[in-house]
Amino acid sequence: MDRNLLIVSTICFLAAVVRTGIALRAGIFRPGKFNFLAIGLGFIFQTAFLSIRGHALGRCPLTNLFEVFIFLAWSVALIYMLVGPGYRLSLMGAFTAPLVVVLQGFALVATIDIRHQANMPANPSLEFHASISLVAYGAFALACIAGVMYLVQERQLKTRRLHSIFYHLPPLTDLFAAITRLLWLGFILYTVGIASCFFTGRPLPRVQVVAAIGVWLLYAAILQGRHLRRITPKRVAALCIVGFSAALTLLWGITFSAQTHSVP
Amino acid sequence: MNLFCVGLSHHAANVETRERFAGGAGVDSTLRAAGCAEALVLTTCNRVEVYGASEKRVSTDLIAECLARHDQSVSALIPTCREYSEVAPFYRYEDEKCVQHLFRVASGLDSMVVGETEILGQAKKAYQSARASGAVGPCLHRLFQRAFRVAKQVRTHTEITRGSVSVGFIAVDLAQRIFGQLSNCKVLVLGAGETSERTARALVSRGVSDLRVSNRSSGRATELAQRVGGQAVEFDEWPAQCREIDILITSTSSEMPLLTPANLAPMLCDRIDRPLFIIDIAVPRDVDPTVNELEGVYVYDIDSLRSVAEQSLAMRRQQIASAEAIIAQHVADFGEKILHELSCVSRTGEHAPVGDSSLRTSQL
Repeated sequence: MDRNLLIVSTICFLAAVVRTGIALRAGIFRPGKFNFLAIGLGFIFQTAFLSIRGHALGRCPLTNLFEVFIFLAWSVALIYMLVGPGYRLSLMGAFTAPLVVVLQGFALVATIDIRHQANMPANPSLEFHASISLVAYGAFALACIAGVMYLVQERQLKTRRLHSIFYHLPPLTDLFAAITRLLWLGFILYTVGIASCFFTGRPLPRVQVVAAIGVWLLYAAILQGRHLRRITPKRVAALCIVGFSAALTLLWGITFSAQTHSVP
Repeated sequence: MNLFCVGLSHHAANVETRERFAGGAGVDSTLRAAGCAEALVLTTCNRVEVYGASEKRVSTDLIAECLARHDQSVSALIPTCREYSEVAPFYRYEDEKCVQHLFRVASGLDSMVVGETEILGQAKKAYQSARASGAVGPCLHRLFQRAFRVAKQVRTHTEITRGSVSVGFIAVDLAQRIFGQLSNCKVLVLGAGETSERTARALVSRGVSDLRVSNRSSGRATELAQRVGGQAVEFDEWPAQCREIDILITSTSSEMPLLTPANLAPMLCDRIDRPLFIIDIAVPRDVDPTVNELEGVYVYDIDSLRSVAEQSLAMRRQQIASAEAIIAQHVADFGEKILHELSCVSRTGEHAPVGDSSLRTSQL
């Protein structure tokens, strides 16, 4: 039942991707209500899935790689729902939906939904740490998407080859402002997430903590460079993509190692 | 009821010919005297067209004569009305073809610059004027109401109006893609040329309030500054201004580039997170093309602006098929419902009231 909800959710996001693709091919792309509604509907089904899974487990559904991917996809959609329309970045949906489809599609296809035999006891501190960190990853993912949009727009302006999408992408300065806000949001949440891991009452895996602090330092350096005007907007946009790739690798590493050591 | 359109357009008639048949005051009543139950004259710089409805067929020559009647030079040149259509390439569309033609015209598909939107305003104005003079009846009323709807739908559902095709507005479009709101942008106009002035005016029309003008002749700079509502700046000061401004429009007659990566790079250090948009409309160019390679600097010379205009036009042309599909649907629907209904009305002699779905003032 819960997997069906996830399949429906993925279809909703896929509908947004397909519609965007068709519109781009026809050269008539424009951010309409469809994408926002499709993503909104997909988000509702994601939430329903996580809610059912959470009730079944009696805890936050972050017990295996499958759930982590779905929670991450949910975080991406959540942050998009919060910042996309708010910052007139509705086109961001066209870039957000493919990422969510990839995350959920991979989670559904790969055999990573391995249920733990033993009923694991709830640990509110650990769940808080995991969930807040994943929402931070959602913000970093959106910053990465805004970074891609920035680079696409910048490239078109530099090369003077303007595609139909050019007229629908937000202005460079608006995109850069959105990237900065998303980086700050992600950074604050990630800081809280890292700090909270020291209060989980469990022994901390040293390598993972060092890697997490490495990602934190990378984002801190991007924000510091931005604040001191040492890094150009184009490089900030590119670093957002690098940062999120690093964060995603770390997330996979943490979850994989937690699974192999049967630590929830 | 016979619905028809007779006209001349930029496709086949030159401006001189179009001028000769541009009609004049009272042409509506002349057309009605010639047998048109309803008549509307649409005159723009690219076309002269009569849309009419009549019980009996009114010949093209007679319509042409009505359009030319007020022009002494034409009357003198053409002694009999049989020859009007021989000296000017008039076209004639009837019933569904007429409906299709008007829908295409109102949607900008028949315009010289495909997708231009000015024609819709001109059509609305012509309709309002004809309606005020009582020359529009139920037939033309419904036809034009539908044409306005179709044009709006075409604009909404296709990219036919996307992108600008004039240098001034391309510059504004690009500036908006970089900066968003232009109200906080600082603009420097270097050189007081005509194209610079047009571009500056286009920027001012989109909200730019901080406009500085610099020219070798300070008198010309002051004049231009006054005309566009900016402030004149000494020519020696322009390099210092580059540290502050967001948009530079340059069109000096300098033989050597004024801006090179070597002299611009130090100025960019202070403004690393603010893009600089340079519109170089000078020939020879004022800005070294390699300046475009500097990060955060976007240089558009006259060729680049023309290339953008061509891309916009190409993009618009790609949309013609989608626009034609929308129009075809409406033509079929209009032909099926309205034309049939109007022919029944004309047989019974009862006319539907015009005011039922009349054009709202806000639409005009």
